[in-house]
Amino acid sequence: MFQIVRKQEMAKGTIIRFDISAPKIAKKVKPGQFIILRVNETGERIPLTVADKDSFAGIITIIFQVVGKTTALMRSLNTGDMIKDVVGPLGKAAEIEKTGTVVMVGGGTGVAILHHVAKAYHEAGNYVIGIIGAQNMDMLILENEMNNICDELIITTDDGSYGEQGFVTGPLKTYLQERYDIKLVYAIGPIIMMKNICKLTKKFKIPTIVSLNPIMIDGTGMCGGCRVKIGNETKFACVDGPDFDGHKVDYDELENRNSIYLKDEKDSLLFSIR
Amino acid sequence: MFDQDVKYLKFKTLINTYCPHCHNSFNVEKKEEKSIIFKAKYKGQEIDLKLSPYLDVFDVETSVPVKEGDELDDVLCPKCNKSIINKTVKCGECGSKVGEVLISALSKLMPFYICTKFGCEWHGLTKADERKLKLKIPRQDMPEQDQKLRVSNYQEVPYGYTGELALLEAGRCLQCKDPQCVKGCPVNIDIPNFIALIAEEKFDAAAKKIKERNVLPSICGRVCPQEDQCEKYCIVGKKDKPVAIGRLERFVADYERKMDLVKVPIINKETGKRIAVIGSGPAGLTVAADMRQRGYGVTIFEALHETGGVLTYGIPEFRLPKSIVQFEINYLKNMGCRIETNHVIGPLLTIEELLENFDSVFIGVGAGLPVFMNIEGENLGNVFSANEYLTRMNLMKAYKFPEYDTPMPHGNKVAVIGGGNVAMDCARSAKRAGSDEVTIIYRRSRHELPARGEEVHHAGEEGIIFKLLNNPVKYIGTDNNRIKAIECIKMELGEPDKSGRRRPIPIEGSNFTVECDLAIVAIGNGPNPILFNSTPNLKLNKWGYIEVNPETNETSIKNVYAGGDIVTGSATVILAMGAGRIAANAMHKKLSSMKKK
Ligand SMILES: Cc1cc2nc3c(=O)[nH]c(=O)nc-3n(C[C@H](O)[C@H](O)[C@H](O)COP(=O)(O)OP(=O)(O)OC[C@H]3O[C@@H](n4cnc5c(N)ncnc54)[C@H](O)[C@@H]3O)c2cc1C
Ligand SMILES: Cc1cc2nc3c(=O)[nH]c(=O)nc-3n(C[C@H](O)[C@H](O)[C@H](O)COP(=O)(O)OP(=O)(O)OC[C@H]3O[C@@H](n4cnc5c(N)ncnc54)[C@H](O)[C@@H]3O)c2cc1C
Ligand code: SF4
Ligand code: FES
Repeated sequence: MFQIVRKQEMAKGTIIRFDISAPKIAKKVKPGQFIILRVNETGERIPLTVADKDSFAGIITIIFQVVGKTTALMRSLNTGDMIKDVVGPLGKAAEIEKTGTVVMVGGGTGVAILHHVAKAYHEAGNYVIGIIGAQNMDMLILENEMNNICDELIITTDDGSYGEQGFVTGPLKTYLQERYDIKLVYAIGPIIMMKNICKLTKKFKIPTIVSLNPIMIDGTGMCGGCRVKIGNETKFACVDGPDFDGHKVDYDELENRNSIYLKDEKDSLLFSIR
Repeated sequence: MFDQDVKYLKFKTLINTYCPHCHNSFNVEKKEEKSIIFKAKYKGQEIDLKLSPYLDVFDVETSVPVKEGDELDDVLCPKCNKSIINKTVKCGECGSKVGEVLISALSKLMPFYICTKFGCEWHGLTKADERKLKLKIPRQDMPEQDQKLRVSNYQEVPYGYTGELALLEAGRCLQCKDPQCVKGCPVNIDIPNFIALIAEEKFDAAAKKIKERNVLPSICGRVCPQEDQCEKYCIVGKKDKPVAIGRLERFVADYERKMDLVKVPIINKETGKRIAVIGSGPAGLTVAADMRQRGYGVTIFEALHETGGVLTYGIPEFRLPKSIVQFEINYLKNMGCRIETNHVIGPLLTIEELLENFDSVFIGVGAGLPVFMNIEGENLGNVFSANEYLTRMNLMKAYKFPEYDTPMPHGNKVAVIGGGNVAMDCARSAKRAGSDEVTIIYRRSRHELPARGEEVHHAGEEGIIFKLLNNPVKYIGTDNNRIKAIECIKMELGEPDKSGRRRPIPIEGSNFTVECDLAIVAIGNGPNPILFNSTPNLKLNKWGYIEVNPETNETSIKNVYAGGDIVTGSATVILAMGAGRIAANAMHKKLSSMKKK
């Protein structure tokens, strides 16, 4: 059993942060790695990135968006409540080097994942440009935290309620056109966002890393459910990733495989409401 | 005199009752022995006659021409017209040559003699007679769920023997002096002895006898490929079907469990030394039990949230009820083993770190990496690995969706690629999940199907279609990238390959398509590298499995042992257990000769 030691609602109750007591994981986890949790006996196993950790206090932080049955169930939990299973750290850690100028792009809850990695790039001595986007002002998360670690930070909202109006690709394009020292783009967010970013960076020949989120069960390479096509090869995102060379990813296949259970997911949520 | 009830009175009968709702058997009750005795006369003297305990087996005519009070010398066999007194048989008790009574001259099978000279009662079979008799008992089937009903539930298919059936089946064993069956058993269970104990109705003792060699008999009785092991070599099998050793094993283990006769063994004095076991499959469980028994502190680390390995996440409920697996694991807990689930060794703790806290480490992580064929369309929606399909169904209980949150893969027409136990399990699960049509596509012929005979048989009964000598070449998708068909090519069998099975060869131009909306790839598993990434000095062979010293199962790292599928590649439960035992023995030998730290 794993205790939630702190709960914080971040974006009007649709994005929530948990600090969970998991000392062994907190000791080992690195930026880019994730955990899989199962709330209770009947629960599904879902993967969530470790957004931050405190090795000394034995605490890991997860930030999740409420999108379906499990995340809705998690919203109903409070500080002091228990989560039945938490397993990790899973996946490869992000490979962080001092490369110079890097652009870190995050969309939606992707920002939560981005933050841990961006912090590591910052600590490794890179010049970090952050571009974070959300549907609107209320959905924007971690602005202050990102501000602390980014040398420049641009914010976009789809509806223009805050920051620049439009998608994250807008400011990214401007940067790519104006700065010649960008060594790397790291993007994490909705599949369509990552796909469009990679179209752009490919044109500018800037290496781009994306963090993929296929449907997972075990997270240890045992089921093959998380397989993604990278170039001509099939990879298991939970052990070979979740970070991959964004220019090689088959985004349409990922989108397709992630939609297998759309109807069941709806049914499951309805069942839980009833 | 021989009433209709005779059949039921001849045995000390065990009444094994089944609940009509859940099919659980309960209330095992003993009835007193009642033999049919009647009085007759021989040379003027009154004697008792008893009926053979074997009669009902052979369905012998019960109209023996003897009536109460008859003078036996006068009674003739209606068939051959000879006296039913057989004077040529020597009394087995006193050795006198004349005057034995053989009442069932009709069947020539009467095993009960009364020596008319001295009145000795002789359960009168010569060894040769007995052999003949035993060979007449047909192999007993297990009662099982109705074929039509069972495809709509997930309950276990066979109910197992009743005490009565077990006695009959045990009666078939010839108690060989040089038992071949034992040689076929990977852990050399003392088979004739445990069967003899069953025949004496000492079911509990029979279970304990098996447990001297095999700690998980209720599991092995269900899943071992007996037809390739003990039963393959059984002498009875040369003439008839072999003794159903597996079913008997299952029966006594279930009996012991249901009658609450399983006792936690006395643990040896604590040695103060500690063992870490990685993986809670059959290999790991065996090491844990053996070492705990010897007084070592044992901690099992399991990556998943549930223990049992393939027994839990792979083999379905209708073949191996999860309550049985959990019973065995509770047994280990009661012995004092610690179990840590949600611990992926490698990323969370390395083997090096374990060695700081433990005196020995055992690696029993199985072969958990699903293999794909790398053909076009394999990543289409609704193409699954068997591992994913079975994990969803078994570990995550997707068959109870939406009560359980994990969704179940849907398909009306399901194609399963492969011919092993895994393929049968997927196909039969899909049938139970409500698919209209389930087809197994296998590249060799029926003869080469590697699955247990019983599983193939059950799959056939349940309406699974077998498309043999076919191999997929490509998966074809719909407009929205879901699978709609598999293109296959026909195969023929060529010369035998290294495994002794005939090699399948594609027949050029014989391509055809099989329609389906769900495909499950069950063509095998490989070694999962997740543990090895953090342990570069662990020596692997060219296929990625761990190299061990076959005598001790020790790896290239000192005090680190390995066994089961991660050493041999996908094999069987009993081989994994056997490997665990070798490692435990070697560990113990080494640790007990070392001074305390
Ligand atoms: C490596 C990785 C890291 C992730 N990190 C985060 C994170 O930090 N914060 C966050 O909010 N989300 C994260 N996600 C996505 C998150 O796992 C899903 O949002 C979550 O599983 C939804 O579950 P649900 O029951 O609430 O919704 P559902 O109604 O079940 O599904 C909603 C959508 O979530 C996705 N999804 C469903 N089940 C799974 C599953 N078992 N595995 C992966 N995706 C699934 C599907 O695309 C689906 O369409 C991550 C995913 C991956 C693979
Ligand atoms: C569907 C199916 C049906 C089968 N049917 C039969 C049958 O009828 N008869 C038969 O004899 N055999 C059968 N087998 C084969 C048999 O189950 C295996 O040979 C046997 O289970 C191997 O045992 P094991 O202990 O080596 O590993 P496993 O049973 O595979 O257990 C390994 C355990 O280690 C855990 N693990 C893996 N990596 C780590 C890690 N890094 N850290 C911690 N834990 C880890 C896994 O989660 C797993 O629980 C079947 C297999 C399958 C998949
Ligand atoms: S070989 Fe068959 S008959 Fe002989 S002891 Fe073994 S089970 Fe009995
Ligand atoms: S989640 Fe099962 S293999 Fe990746």
